[in-house]
Amino acid sequence: MIGFNFRSTLAIYNRELMRALRTAFQSILAPVLTTSLYFIVFGAAIGSRMPDLGGVDYGAFIIPGLLLLTLLSESTSNASFGIYMPRFTGTIYELLSAPVGVAETLVGFVGAAATKSLILAAIILATATLFVDYSIAHPVLAIGYIMLVAASFSLFGFILGIWADSFEKLGIIPALFLIPLTFLGGTFYSIDMLPDPWRTIALFNPVVYLVNGLRWTFYGSSDINIWVSLGLTLGFLAICVATIAFIFKTGWRLRE
Amino acid sequence: MQPILEVRDLTKVYQGGLKALDSVDLAINRGEIFALLGPNGAGKTTLIAAICGLVRPTGGTISAFGEDLSKNWRSARSRIGLVPQELATDMFEKVQYAVSYSRGLFGLAPNPARIEEILKSLSLWDKRDEQIRALSGGMKRRVLIAKALAHDPDLLFLDEPTAGVDVELRRDMWKLIGEMRERGVTIILTTHYIEEAEEMADRVGIIRKGQILMVDDKEAMMSRLGRTEAIITLPSAVAGLPDDIATYPVTLSDDGKELCYRGGDGSGKGKEEVANLTKALTRAGIDYNGIDIHESSLEDIFVDLVEERTGESK
Ligand SMILES: Nc1ncnc2c1ncn2[C@@H]1O[C@H](COP(=O)(O)OP(=O)(O)OP(=O)(O)O)[C@@H](O)[C@H]1O
Ligand SMILES: [Mg+2]
Repeated sequence: MIGFNFRSTLAIYNRELMRALRTAFQSILAPVLTTSLYFIVFGAAIGSRMPDLGGVDYGAFIIPGLLLLTLLSESTSNASFGIYMPRFTGTIYELLSAPVGVAETLVGFVGAAATKSLILAAIILATATLFVDYSIAHPVLAIGYIMLVAASFSLFGFILGIWADSFEKLGIIPALFLIPLTFLGGTFYSIDMLPDPWRTIALFNPVVYLVNGLRWTFYGSSDINIWVSLGLTLGFLAICVATIAFIFKTGWRLRE
Repeated sequence: MQPILEVRDLTKVYQGGLKALDSVDLAINRGEIFALLGPNGAGKTTLIAAICGLVRPTGGTISAFGEDLSKNWRSARSRIGLVPQELATDMFEKVQYAVSYSRGLFGLAPNPARIEEILKSLSLWDKRDEQIRALSGGMKRRVLIAKALAHDPDLLFLDEPTAGVDVELRRDMWKLIGEMRERGVTIILTTHYIEEAEEMADRVGIIRKGQILMVDDKEAMMSRLGRTEAIITLPSAVAGLPDDIATYPVTLSDDGKELCYRGGDGSGKGKEEVANLTKALTRAGIDYNGIDIHESSLEDIFVDLVEERTGESK
């Protein structure tokens, strides 16, 4: 297990990224379109009737939430498809027989999925400037946080892609958990706007912490302490890494 | 000389309890072509998969190039190539890209000239910019071979390389395998075409129900287990055989019109005996009007071996 094969890693990374770009239209244009629609509906139509939230214009307020919506779903689905497809078609034999270990596989697959998410994030931020004026309070932290989320959920997607043994299972986690949690996670509103039992319940939704962490890096204020958000995100990342290390050690679902 | 690959006491029990490999011991010599023969479900693919890291062995050790694979798998794997039995390819990928990718995956620097050479040797150069899904089955198999050769392995596994391949391509494949051997590549292949093993292999191993029944030089195996069979037809029935003819391994058919010789050892001794037998028949005044002589092939030996054991286990 000593050593790290840079060339192998690069080969996997490039191939995965190329695979993502092969479907450039659906993978890049679609999120841009959806995000634009959100801005039109929530930002322009509803936002004009909303008060400023914590001194932030409503249109700008929803940017971090929209970013997360894309980051979470795209990172998860890209990484999960990336590893599920070779398992499904049998081409995984090559990876398993190659001189690559956990590190190379992860950096290659997860890195490519995260990179694609970052490209999407940049496109969404650029698209947002067409609809609202906004400025980012802590740009370096914002970029760092976006990268952290992209990496964590790409890892999560990777685990999903290894766990799933059918296309149904591959889609069920995002549809059943990720999307509802994101919508309920304060993407389009401040959880302070919720009446009390709901506000407390919302605190059990992990996405709340992600949204508020990112929102803090954007506007310097949020419903939740940034360190709590950051701590939980890092904790999630650590759990994913540990799960993957376990998967490779036992060969679960990869080697018979 | 130290074997290039050594498998000891390798056992694989699949989930569900099926014992696909049962204490397999096998040593492969550097530079040889080794053919692994066995009926469907014998465990050939499982054995290859265990060596190549696709299947986790339940017990036993595997060492390649003198290194224990469970420890120094990185360096060993970078020298091993695998062509799987199933045609598993990324359908949307282009041929040349797929082969270059394999080279990179195995940790080597890009080398377009080498990739070109490999593609040309497999008659894939003209197809280099085609998506793999647009190729025929035989062509897809060539792509898999090209991918396995992309990192210039020293040890190559070919799991039924000629399954579903037409006669011409099969000849090409044999030629290619011969060329690889010239270059010093050690090759382990499985096949259901015994003539193929007979044509190419230096040594042959026979596996059944996860157990290696026999491993030997092809020639040695054929001379040990080979037989000559001669049917001599007699124009008029004879009642019995004189003593000097009965000393040969012969049987007379019930109607007394057919003499069947079964003997020899696959080294040509049988033919000589048949010749002597005919002279003896002439001396004894027994006329004959036809001789049908047949040397047993590896296939006959294989079928005998496998069936004999089947009978045993009943
Ligand atoms: N993933 C698996 N899970 C459970 N059993 C398996 C698995 N793969 C193979 N087997 C079983 O193990 C045995 C050996 O299979 P294997 O594929 O190694 O045979 P083979 O000699 O390659 O056969 P063939 O000539 O048909 O390719 C078979 O009985 C098969 O059903
Ligand atoms: Mg097989």
